[in-house]
Amino acid sequence: MPSWRGHIDATGSQTGPDLRKLEVMSTNTLPAALAEIVDDFQALTEPDRLQLLLDFSRGLPALPERLLDHPELLEQVVECQSPLFLTIEQEKTPDGVAYRLYFKAPPEAPTTRGFAGVLHEGLDGLTAAEILAVPDDMPELLGLTRAITPLRMRGMTAMLGRIKRKVAAADRLLS
Amino acid sequence: MSYPVEQNEKFAAYAHPERLVSTEWLAAALEGGALGDGKLVVVESDEDVLLYETGHIPGAVKIDWHTDLNDEVTRDYVDGEAFAALAAAKGISRDTTVVIYGDKSNWWAAYALWVFTLFGHEDVRLLDGGRDKWIAEGREVTTDVPQPAAGEYPVIERNDAPIRAFKDDVLAHFGKPLIDVRSPEEYTGQRTHMPAYPEEGALRGGHIPTAASIPWARAAAEDGTYRNRTELEDLYLGEAGLTEGDDVVAYCRIGERSSHTWFALKYLLGFETVRNYDGSWTEWGNAVRVPIVKGAERGSVPALAGK
Repeated sequence: MPSWRGHIDATGSQTGPDLRKLEVMSTNTLPAALAEIVDDFQALTEPDRLQLLLDFSRGLPALPERLLDHPELLEQVVECQSPLFLTIEQEKTPDGVAYRLYFKAPPEAPTTRGFAGVLHEGLDGLTAAEILAVPDDMPELLGLTRAITPLRMRGMTAMLGRIKRKVAAADRLLS
Repeated sequence: MSYPVEQNEKFAAYAHPERLVSTEWLAAALEGGALGDGKLVVVESDEDVLLYETGHIPGAVKIDWHTDLNDEVTRDYVDGEAFAALAAAKGISRDTTVVIYGDKSNWWAAYALWVFTLFGHEDVRLLDGGRDKWIAEGREVTTDVPQPAAGEYPVIERNDAPIRAFKDDVLAHFGKPLIDVRSPEEYTGQRTHMPAYPEEGALRGGHIPTAASIPWARAAAEDGTYRNRTELEDLYLGEAGLTEGDDVVAYCRIGERSSHTWFALKYLLGFETVRNYDGSWTEWGNAVRVPIVKGAERGSVPALAGK
């Protein structure tokens, strides 16, 4: 686990009526890194989950230089309440093709950034099959639905949806 | 008013200058140790639930509009007991001077102030320019979260009627002025949500018949402060056509943006009777058989079914 979220106590008590336990079926379709993040969130109380989301917002990597100079290569996810831009790139690996994810969101939008950080750590460098297997309602597994407005939860879902659509389209061109 | 009121030329022109403080005033008050004794409490209220945690005015407490002020089950605000518990936990007593600030030109801060006013909290003020101005001026921010000594807050029954309009109140209001503070696209019915925001939950687009379109942000200057009295008069008396003494209802999508306009009409221009229709377009645009006008024209007073 990266040091920037090392201070979260994952053994904190876990109570609250809104806590959703992962079903066995859905863990099977989550890539290991994302499943671990979901477990981390679910192990926390609601205030600590928000704190963890804030840590993810701080951990979102900056764009590489080549993208910084080319905003036209990024697409805006208009469903997000704050400006959020993203793009994907293919990378050849010995096992096939991996997908790299890049996000841009302003520091004044920590909630949006936080979710981008979750998707980055959970999905960056995976294959198309792994990314496309992530359930569309995965954001709800983080247990933030009560603390975050429905509007913003929809923004998170839209961000995941956009990544999946872009990956599916790029993957089709390969075959 | 338990804390001295700021005196300056811009505020003096407003009907109720005691409802605003400037960043200079607040910085000086904080430097003078104003937060020590519970007489003054600074509250941050933002759209983004995590923004306060990224850094806030030293000593400020956070109140979230969604988790703290809205009832979790009914579409309504918290009741007197929950509000008393919230206020006390934030170090606020009934006679505390509360200064509220937030992001986006105080859009959510004005909403929080409006909810404080539903409970009749006497001395509640806005920081003119809000969070963005404080930060743009390079003033101190911190991530330290204060642990205030509990305030003493009585259980007050909310008094909605003077400043809150419900759907039936709006239907009975026709013939008197309405202000629609949403974007022009929402007003005409081209869309049911703010530009760049997701489509959300209204089956019909358009506006309430006769409502004047004055998007809320036009009351704010570039730096997020309220425009001066003359500019506000040009906007609401000139363009919207309000006259002194009018009984006004303002609305938007869920009542947050219209709180910002409600504040300007009530405290800066001094209209006695201004109500915020918090049901706003997410209620009106879904309600069965309420009259709606599409397009840029205000439309005329409708003949209501059953009248």
